[in-house]
Amino acid sequence: MTRAPENRDAFSVLDRPNSYIGKTVPRPNLDRLMQGRGQYVSDIELPRMAHVVFLRSPHAHARITGIDGAAAKRMPGVIAVVTGQEIAAVITPWVGVLSHLKGLKSAPQSAIAVDRVCWQGEAVAAIIATSRAAAEDAAEHVAVAYEELDAVTDMQTALDPTTSVIHPALGDNLAFERNHDAGTVDAAFAASDEVVEAEFIFGRHTGVTLEPRSVVADWNAAEARLTIYQGTQAPHMVQNIAALHLGLQESQVRVVCKDVGGSFGIKVHIYADEMATYALSKLLRRPVKFVADRVESFNTDIHARDHRCKGKIGVKRDGTITAFEIDDLTGIGPYSMYPRTSAIEANQVVNLVGGPYATKNYRARARVVFQNKNVMCQYRAVGHPIACSVTESLVDLAAMKIGMDPVEIRRRNLIADDAYPCASPSGLRFEQLSHHAALAKLIKMMDYDALRAEQATLRARNIHRGIGIASFIEVTNPSAAFYGVGGAKISSQDGVALRLDAQGAVVCQTSITEQGQGSESLTAQIVGSVLGVSMDRVRVILGDTDNTPYGGGTWASRGAGIGGEAALQATKVLRRNILDVAAAILQSTPGELDIINNSVVNVSDGAPRIELSELARIVYFRPDTLPPGIQAELMATRHFVPREYPFAFTNGVQASWLEVDTDTGFVKLLKHWVVEDCGTIINPQLVDEQIRGGVVQGLGAALFEKCVYDERGQLTNANMADYLVPMSGEMPDIDVGHVVSPTLESELGAKGAGEAGTAGAAAAVTNAVNDALRPFRTIVTEIPLTPQIILTALGRI
Amino acid sequence: MKASAFAYARATSVVNALELLAAYGDKAKVLSGGQSLMPAMNLRLISPEFIVDIGELAELRGIVVKGDVLTVRALTRHVDVLGSPEIATHAPLLRDATSHVAHPAIRNRGTLGGSLAHADPAAELPACMVALGATVIVCGPQGERRIPAQEFFTGIYETALSPQELLVAVELPVAQKDSAHFFHEFARRQGDYAIVGLAAQAIIQGDQFADLRLGFFAVGDRPLLAKAAENLVNVAVTSEVLASASAALSEELDPQEDQQATPAMRRHLAKVLLSRCVATLLSRPDLREGARA
Ligand SMILES: Cc1cc2nc3c(=O)[nH]c(=O)nc-3n(C[C@H](O)[C@H](O)[C@H](O)COP(=O)(O)OP(=O)(O)OC[C@H]3O[C@@H](n4cnc5c(N)ncnc54)[C@H](O)[C@@H]3O)c2cc1C
Repeated sequence: MTRAPENRDAFSVLDRPNSYIGKTVPRPNLDRLMQGRGQYVSDIELPRMAHVVFLRSPHAHARITGIDGAAAKRMPGVIAVVTGQEIAAVITPWVGVLSHLKGLKSAPQSAIAVDRVCWQGEAVAAIIATSRAAAEDAAEHVAVAYEELDAVTDMQTALDPTTSVIHPALGDNLAFERNHDAGTVDAAFAASDEVVEAEFIFGRHTGVTLEPRSVVADWNAAEARLTIYQGTQAPHMVQNIAALHLGLQESQVRVVCKDVGGSFGIKVHIYADEMATYALSKLLRRPVKFVADRVESFNTDIHARDHRCKGKIGVKRDGTITAFEIDDLTGIGPYSMYPRTSAIEANQVVNLVGGPYATKNYRARARVVFQNKNVMCQYRAVGHPIACSVTESLVDLAAMKIGMDPVEIRRRNLIADDAYPCASPSGLRFEQLSHHAALAKLIKMMDYDALRAEQATLRARNIHRGIGIASFIEVTNPSAAFYGVGGAKISSQDGVALRLDAQGAVVCQTSITEQGQGSESLTAQIVGSVLGVSMDRVRVILGDTDNTPYGGGTWASRGAGIGGEAALQATKVLRRNILDVAAAILQSTPGELDIINNSVVNVSDGAPRIELSELARIVYFRPDTLPPGIQAELMATRHFVPREYPFAFTNGVQASWLEVDTDTGFVKLLKHWVVEDCGTIINPQLVDEQIRGGVVQGLGAALFEKCVYDERGQLTNANMADYLVPMSGEMPDIDVGHVVSPTLESELGAKGAGEAGTAGAAAAVTNAVNDALRPFRTIVTEIPLTPQIILTALGRI
Repeated sequence: MKASAFAYARATSVVNALELLAAYGDKAKVLSGGQSLMPAMNLRLISPEFIVDIGELAELRGIVVKGDVLTVRALTRHVDVLGSPEIATHAPLLRDATSHVAHPAIRNRGTLGGSLAHADPAAELPACMVALGATVIVCGPQGERRIPAQEFFTGIYETALSPQELLVAVELPVAQKDSAHFFHEFARRQGDYAIVGLAAQAIIQGDQFADLRLGFFAVGDRPLLAKAAENLVNVAVTSEVLASASAALSEELDPQEDQQATPAMRRHLAKVLLSRCVATLLSRPDLREGARA
């Protein structure tokens, strides 16, 4: 349902008095977290709770020929040692495929490996003891005999006929392939004045959440009910899958998700060790806790990226881009991850390349292959950094080739701001984007011309600075098109239930979840604004399948846009219900009344008529005084899902200003700018910090983060000393600006903002490094951009 | 990520600590600031059966200047080195280097003695000891030994200390007239161990080096006092002279490969450091580009 803005309800949240919308208000959960009263899964202690440690494979690929847990079972504090075969009695294996990703295949994966391990880090046995330390001691005494098998590690040779096939039943190591051909690509290249090609390499990296993955599973045999306390982004998804594989009804599984120390997409998947923990609780009939340690986090939290992508662009001398072509290859580990699958990232790359630009000529191939490395799957800004880096590097290379300024070539090719609605060459539908407005704002914020002048002056003094620009689009507010149509039980709708309590405060239950984004805050802001009560009167409850409406949770930048709209609509109903009762009490009509500042007031003169606390008192304790036939309903529920557009695309542009030390290959980031358009901004500070955090993760990928595997499939830097996360010392100031094009699909008009920063940061940095290296006539196309890579490109080593 | 079980004793005196070490031999480990030992134990890279905590030994604390000798005792924390006026005056190289060691939280606990005993080849402080010509003082069952820094470091995480001995202090010559120093390291992030670093101490007379001690680190299995410095002493340094010193340095180096750098890159960066050091100490910006030759 699309509404023109002028037809909006008189209650439009955007123009109500005392609205919190568009204001920076502190998060309601700040005090709790700052005073150490947060409740993370690792804080949970239950009676008779045991701790599980997983013994993990030291080999990338091996047959398990024997497991001897006898000595370990005799160790102090040990409750059980459980193998894959034993746990299979209570939990079934799964296959991570979705029907709308045609041809995607994968093999059955078990909670604990049975007979064979397929990556270094896969669990081979569970040791359950009275403490984590006791379980770790015992794990050293479990003897596992392995027979090593050939490990498939290089994605470039994974499809060679001479390479062994990881899952023989699948026939080959190809998990998924997608081909796309739009427009007239060959003719367009033929008609181009210049055609530029390059190969781009993206390192494997991971999310590194501050709090590792953790779960406490508590099977209550008396109730025949499993309670799962877990730091997850999608409680209802976990409920569905745990029930499915443990042979339970969903009503027998409750998932509770209190505070979560960061997710970034890492915690939206179903991991084998978490499934094993649920199963162990059922098997042992007691609560079992699993908290991943840092080493196993590196070895088992999903990895992401790891692409090699060949790209080609055609351009005319006047700057017109004629066509894009890509050939992308990615390796995903031995299994497609469950239930979202590991084909989504490559699929997104195909979807997004060339997305900001007007050309309709686009050809793409993406291949996804199996390897004996840790599983790969969706992490913040799935596919976006790859697509954005490939696209934006190609655009810069084309500009360089024809001698055009990088800003100018973008001005000539970005889809015009008045061309919407329209579709991308890969068929994505855009409702309203603002590439040109965003670029214009960015140029102004960074004072582009002055920077160019400074760059020239410094270059004469042998100081090499570069400017990199990257326009991007971002997928947000996904509808059922993302997963639901493929058969996954992952809800794309969200719900909010509100009720007025007996003192006129509001209890709000929402199905979106909070991992630090500010879901709690934005929900309270919307409810408070639309209802007319102060935020401190709104208590938001989330993360509990027993106590919230059914919904998707928080991922794919959907919390504000989808959960926020559900909150808005539910609040409108509650408000109407309140005004109906108020009218009856006050012998007025609902139309003459409004709620402002916790009181019912006259619309005409704003005079207070009755406080909400008084209204609630009457409704709950003296309903006998209400006129006959009036039954108050001070509870309201609404759900929302986008129907018209499969995704609410957002857009933006980033710029990086940096210096390359051409003697050492070190890059110093000097400044970063982002202009983004997420539609209605509910809380500017939350949006800005989402953007900054996202940028920092993108800068990590650009310069630092990489999971380094050796040729035998051993992850060689699984610790915080050798895996370099971006730290504040190296981060530049990040200025954030906004253009606002609300989506008309919802009354709120909010799109997502969670992944925009990550989408374009690496592309901006790579372009800036190449801009700095211009006098040396060399380019780099591999991230992370290490000093080693830059020195090599410069021919210094 | 839990250390395996161990027995623990807090030593009450140096003598007591030595008794405990004598009793438990190489099954024991000394605990000083714990910033290297505890991570290794939590990763179960090492599982000592016995921990001798020397943290409370007041006799191992303190910084003292006597005549032209600066004594820094083993338990001196990195943060104390940074704040010490004695060190700022008499061994400013050590202060500069310490500001590159890790992060504030770690510098609040980590100690000079621990860093030297740990002997990470990429660590800053061992290289300073070599550049400054320090003497390492250790105590053992047979009494005290005085070991020149250059002989103290014997390999990756290896020193001349025996398992029964305690490092108690280092003695440094106080900085002389006309002395100058240079410290720089290349690290991917602030606070990381260096890819390559240089701690240099010099005496400059007129526009020449009268003495130059170049302590490179992360270029081999221990800090390297580069002989190439001899090429630069008591001569007018031209870009040719620097180039020959650079070539000599390259000959001396046998850097290792790791995830941060190939041997070729380490060699290259060491030469860049040499040029920058010489250019800075002699105030000769023209020599800065020397490494490009
Ligand atoms: C995140 C992180 C980053 C770091 N970065 C750096 C860096 O950039 N540069 C750097 O140099 N260091 C770095 N460190 C290490 C830090 O400087 C340590 O403080 C130092 O290496 C060891 O000092 P300690 O007092 O903590 O020793 P401990 O950890 O207590 O001991 C280290 C070793 O020395 C032995 N030992 C300690 N004291 C004595 C003694 N008096 N006699 C005999 N043996 C002894 C111990 O038995 C142990 O084997 C880092 C540490 C961390 C955790």
